Amino acid sequence: MKYLCLVYSVESLLDAIPDSDCLNYDKQIRKSGHCLASEALQPVHTATTVRVRDGKVSITDGPFAETKEQLAGFYLIEAQHLDEAIQLAAKIPPAQVGSIEIRPIRPIREMAEKIIGNLSENGRSKK
Amino acid sequence: MTQVPEQDFSTALELLYRNENRRVLATLIRLIGDIDQAEEALHDAFQTALEQWPQQGVPDNPCAWLISVGRFKAIDKFRRDKRFDALEEIPEQHGAATVNFDDEHDDNLQDDQLRLIFTCCHPSLSAEAQIALTLREICALTTEEIARAFLIAPKTAAQRIVRAKAKIREARIPYEVPAPGQLAERLNTVLQVIYLVFNEGYSASSGTALTRHDLSTEAIRLGRLLLELLPAQAEIQGLLALMLLQDSRREARTTAEGDLILLAKQDRTLWNRDQINKGVVLVKRALGLPGFGVYTLQAAIAAVHVEAASAEMTDWREIIGLYNILLRIYPSPVIELNRAVAIAMRDGPAIGLELIEALISRGQLTDYHFMYATKADFHRRLGQRNEAIEAYQHALQLTQQEPERRFLQKRLTELQNQ
Repeated sequence: MKYLCLVYSVESLLDAIPDSDCLNYDKQIRKSGHCLASEALQPVHTATTVRVRDGKVSITDGPFAETKEQLAGFYLIEAQHLDEAIQLAAKIPPAQVGSIEIRPIRPIREMAEKIIGNLSENGRSKK
Repeated sequence: MTQVPEQDFSTALELLYRNENRRVLATLIRLIGDIDQAEEALHDAFQTALEQWPQQGVPDNPCAWLISVGRFKAIDKFRRDKRFDALEEIPEQHGAATVNFDDEHDDNLQDDQLRLIFTCCHPSLSAEAQIALTLREICALTTEEIARAFLIAPKTAAQRIVRAKAKIREARIPYEVPAPGQLAERLNTVLQVIYLVFNEGYSASSGTALTRHDLSTEAIRLGRLLLELLPAQAEIQGLLALMLLQDSRREARTTAEGDLILLAKQDRTLWNRDQINKGVVLVKRALGLPGFGVYTLQAAIAAVHVEAASAEMTDWREIIGLYNILLRIYPSPVIELNRAVAIAMRDGPAIGLELIEALISRGQLTDYHFMYATKADFHRRLGQRNEAIEAYQHALQLTQQEPERRFLQKRLTELQNQ
């Protein structure tokens, strides 16, 4: 089961977490096989928001919402269940100053493939 | 198979349903891997029993039979649905064709009940969802009953339960008893849920008192079940004791009209001695176990209260000592306030008032009606009429509970007429 761990923090507080801590944990979680992808993000002042309304693209500076905590990075992890995901997320260093949102991945691709698979199977059995 | 006369049969099945359906459900959830499907399977299994047992007799191990039939019904249904609903995931448990229930240890079946409790009270669910799900799945209350008890619309209650189940399924909350290292913390969440349910019933206003009282009974039942499943945990005994001791005063704490009667004025012959005795035994046992905490200490305080022959004979020194320990392990302004009340009983209202002023100057509990009600009472006893009136008015603004409001209003009117 895949979960996306979104790392949120007030940006100024992130300075308290040394990059080396983050790199160490990243190395550790990749080695354990739980990490499928992970990245840190540039600060939010580099962000651009894109929207498409009635076919028109609009571009604005910065993030969509004026929240205090900003998205600072993410881990895409593989865990047996939520409890394991929580354990892995709790060890992400910025959790000490910010928060980690754990979101289960919706297996949209797998489901689509299964529908197609079942359809062709049913098609065959009808013949 | 045991032959049972037809007329006894439906009563026997009804009894079996009442006593065992939650245990059967708890195991079916593990075997099937989904709460909703397990509930359907449970229903199907009892339906099949209703059809087959009158002819074939009651099986030697009815629970194992129900579990087995329920599981096969779920697999059948799953195979049929699969043709129509390709989106459905195959739970891994469906792989094994047969389970021999003689091999299932009782421990494992008991653990299923714990698994269900810990899943319903998983910390990733909101407190509201934990409560609704616990009452629905473990206490078998209907959605309508839950809605009535919590004074919410049935739709809201249903939505809470549906969402919580969806989260369990989609975020894959494991159906497991927490590992020993996490048990204490996870148990704490469960105890919180039980105590919230209890208090919801205990502090019920008179209008809907009947349905809401049942919540206290359900909470006590949950406490007993948990104690049976985890007999060595001090805080479970402490919480059960606390609930029994508080509930023992139920008959004495309101008038026939639903007005509040303070502890000191209660008719102690109305207290439920049986509950008191059971509560006191549990407190003593809990205090002798490692890891006792806030519930046990609060129960110990309640025990000192109920063991006094009269309000005047209450051992305030003992109570203050227990509050001091409680504050050390769990610093909380509410406990400070209660300690202030106990100290005022021993040393007079002036000392109590000083402690309350200290809380206010720290900005604590300033939205808690009971603090202003207590402050008002201290002023009143000190003959400070205007200060008392002001504090009663403040307290009135802060509470919605009808009996409390009537009590405060009565006191206020008495003072204003002086």
